[in-house]
Amino acid sequence: MTNSIEEILNTDAMFVIGSNTTENHPIIGATMKRAKKRGAKLIVADPRRIELAEYADVFLQIKPGTNIALLNGMMHVIIEKGLQDKEYIEKNTENYEELVKVVKEYTPERVAKICGVKAEDIIKAATIYGEAEKAGIYYTMGVTQHTTGTSGVMSISNLALLCGNIGKESAGVNPLRGQNNVQGACDMGGLPSDYPGYQKVFNEEAAQKFEEAWKVKLSRKPGLTVSEMLHEAEEGNIKFMYIMGENPMVSDPDINHVKKALSNLDFLVVQDIFFTETCELADVVLPAASFAEKDGTFTNTERRIQRVRKAIEPVGESKADWKILADLMNLLGYKARYLNPSDIMDEIARLTPSYGGIDYKRLENRMGIQWPCPNKEHPGTKYLHQNSIARGKGLFMPAEHMDSAELPDKDYPFVLTTGRILYHYHTRTMTGRVEGLNKKAANNYVEINEVTAEKLGIKDGDMVRLISRRGEVEVAARITDIIGEGVLFMPFHFAEGAANYLTNTALDPIAKIPELKVAAVKLEKIS
Amino acid sequence: MVQLTINGIKYEVEKNKTILEACRDLGIDIPTLCHDDRLEAFGACRMCLVEVESSKNLVVSCSTKVRDGMVIYTDSPKVINARRDVLDLLLSNHPMECLTCEKSGNCKLQNYAYEYGLVDGSYKGEKRNRSIDDSNPFYYYDPNKCIICGLCVRVCNELQGTNAIGFADRGFDSIVATPFYQGLEKSKCVSCGNCVSVCPVGALTPKSRTKFRYWETKKVRTTCSYCGVGCQMDLLVKDNEVVGVEPAFDGFNKGLLCVKGKFGYKFINHPDRLKKPLIKKNGEFVEASWDEAYRLIVSKIKETKEKYGPEAFGGLTSARCTNEENYLFQKLFRAVIGTNNIDHCARL
Repeated sequence: MTNSIEEILNTDAMFVIGSNTTENHPIIGATMKRAKKRGAKLIVADPRRIELAEYADVFLQIKPGTNIALLNGMMHVIIEKGLQDKEYIEKNTENYEELVKVVKEYTPERVAKICGVKAEDIIKAATIYGEAEKAGIYYTMGVTQHTTGTSGVMSISNLALLCGNIGKESAGVNPLRGQNNVQGACDMGGLPSDYPGYQKVFNEEAAQKFEEAWKVKLSRKPGLTVSEMLHEAEEGNIKFMYIMGENPMVSDPDINHVKKALSNLDFLVVQDIFFTETCELADVVLPAASFAEKDGTFTNTERRIQRVRKAIEPVGESKADWKILADLMNLLGYKARYLNPSDIMDEIARLTPSYGGIDYKRLENRMGIQWPCPNKEHPGTKYLHQNSIARGKGLFMPAEHMDSAELPDKDYPFVLTTGRILYHYHTRTMTGRVEGLNKKAANNYVEINEVTAEKLGIKDGDMVRLISRRGEVEVAARITDIIGEGVLFMPFHFAEGAANYLTNTALDPIAKIPELKVAAVKLEKIS
Repeated sequence: MVQLTINGIKYEVEKNKTILEACRDLGIDIPTLCHDDRLEAFGACRMCLVEVESSKNLVVSCSTKVRDGMVIYTDSPKVINARRDVLDLLLSNHPMECLTCEKSGNCKLQNYAYEYGLVDGSYKGEKRNRSIDDSNPFYYYDPNKCIICGLCVRVCNELQGTNAIGFADRGFDSIVATPFYQGLEKSKCVSCGNCVSVCPVGALTPKSRTKFRYWETKKVRTTCSYCGVGCQMDLLVKDNEVVGVEPAFDGFNKGLLCVKGKFGYKFINHPDRLKKPLIKKNGEFVEASWDEAYRLIVSKIKETKEKYGPEAFGGLTSARCTNEENYLFQKLFRAVIGTNNIDHCARL
């Protein structure tokens, strides 16, 4: 998030797109509802009539995969009505003319057809966003998990720049991160091209800095992403994989492919707190301690670094992940002398400019610290780009609407989209072991529009078969009117009848994110 | 700023504060049952009564603003007696089940009864007699223990925005309930448990797997391990087990959690937890020592690196692990194994 969660309370308008906030980020969802009560306007765009839609001033029930068209349409209206922030554009941005040229073609009427919504609602949404003094955009995987995911994010940034909503309190571009420390894992260099703090592995200066600190020679060659690794494993080029606290046998697209790839490895190490579906394929499984059994830090979606504290001793013979990793480094002949995670953080701070001022003593302040925090005197950063945009000027990156990699056709006539639900977390490794949560959401299901169900003779609770070009699953039907007629929704949490047997591995060419939000499927009643 | 005299001592405090806020800022204790800084003042419990010179009646300090020259007594005999009357009325309509009540030791009513020296209510007569709602899988609602402070209703409405519960009926019959008394499970309740976290008595209590007394536990402040919001919370620990979770009121989440944060902790001490390293031998997993597992991994790493080079390795680090662990993981791969083939499920 460029901005902070508490700032939502004082915003004038919220634009929630591709995020079921009240279920996936409940505390942010509750904050949005409070902001609405205090007078903020709310725009919601989603293929499903989610809870927030009930509170919205405008709800745009768009077809999956049409975010860019919608955003361009809104920008078209904003420019047409002269609601853009001309002074901000002049002072702080580049490439505005190109944006004007691209969005010119996106008339509300044309966009309405692409997205499957009313033109007047697009105009209304654009007007609310354009007229607001401070407007924040909040989005999640509904925007990113497309072959056009990067362009989708760029289009959000275009809209925010157009109205001067970057570098302002209670505004901004705010991706809500799904997992407790996905922000931190990225910050710490858990990415194929990045050292901690997004310093590039192919940048000579950065590589030399880490070579000096770590006292080894380092590769300048960017590594492989998850999807590429699995592909290379299937091809026989990756021989050894080490998977820590992940369960790709449920979470990754096209599970049949994942299984083939992991089975083809010479050696697989899986480190986890439970015996997951992925453990089945391992050669060695290492028992890890849970978050309650170790010290450390997580970085939340608003860049806030906060402490994790050891409450109990590790269960059984399990060990904290950091201890296992340090043990292995030492056994491989590389000195890793850390007495505790605080020592590791000190090393992180020395090498990561945005974490430069972080240490455990400072984190005792109860509120944590938001990066960038370059030095020990720096209080942290509530919202980004306050005085000037980080790269100098905000660059408009206009993008055209493009169809999803797989569109419904006569053989696979429905669009399947996936997501999370309130009562489960990722692959249910943890929540599947909490009785009450299982009681609330016991089984997998697919949401089917009531009209579609009627046509196919499917009743609520009937077992149905979903078939895509990659696999098929059997799940219970949940008949509902919150989803459009041509669209089906499945939560991806469940291993049994997992949605990811069906999903498409087609990738966004830049971010390499798979198109989990759009797969063409057929639907059959099991008689 | 305004001048106040509280219990004979002169103070200068900010304008626009309530008497309660001013006193709390100054470290002067005033008891409350229905007050919560995050909510609109409610003035229902009347425990926060104070005496103000020139005012005929005692005033409710939570909803009375300070005025220049006010002379306030927070512990005069008149005030103490009034508070004892409030407690007496509450206790007279309260089941005296402290011996078995889960809330014992962490109950404001019990604490105030102790502080003000009340053994039981003196008004004998009918007590509320309603059935317990145990339909929600995470918590009980015992209306008989409810003191109608309204904190649960207001948190559900004002902060959580779910509006699952409200007040029903009037006077002695007044009660917190779901619409049409349909019960919690059939209501709009999303089981966030934010009502449970604010209930000052034993009316809303978590269903716990383990029996424990509050005084047997220690609290450990940590960060929730579910979504990316990163709510702050206290783990309640008894022996080597996490037996409950309470939201942090001084974290940015200001006392709120969701169903997973509040009640989703039971995986921690679950019997399914992996407790020993496992090595696959002839297609079957067998338990192994750490030494054996480490030796095997190290020899395989060396063998693979020698035969195929560092690019034959791939590592998935974890969005569930700490920053320090993610840092070490990429360091292991980059500095020790020699490849940048590191990723995690940020995109999934």
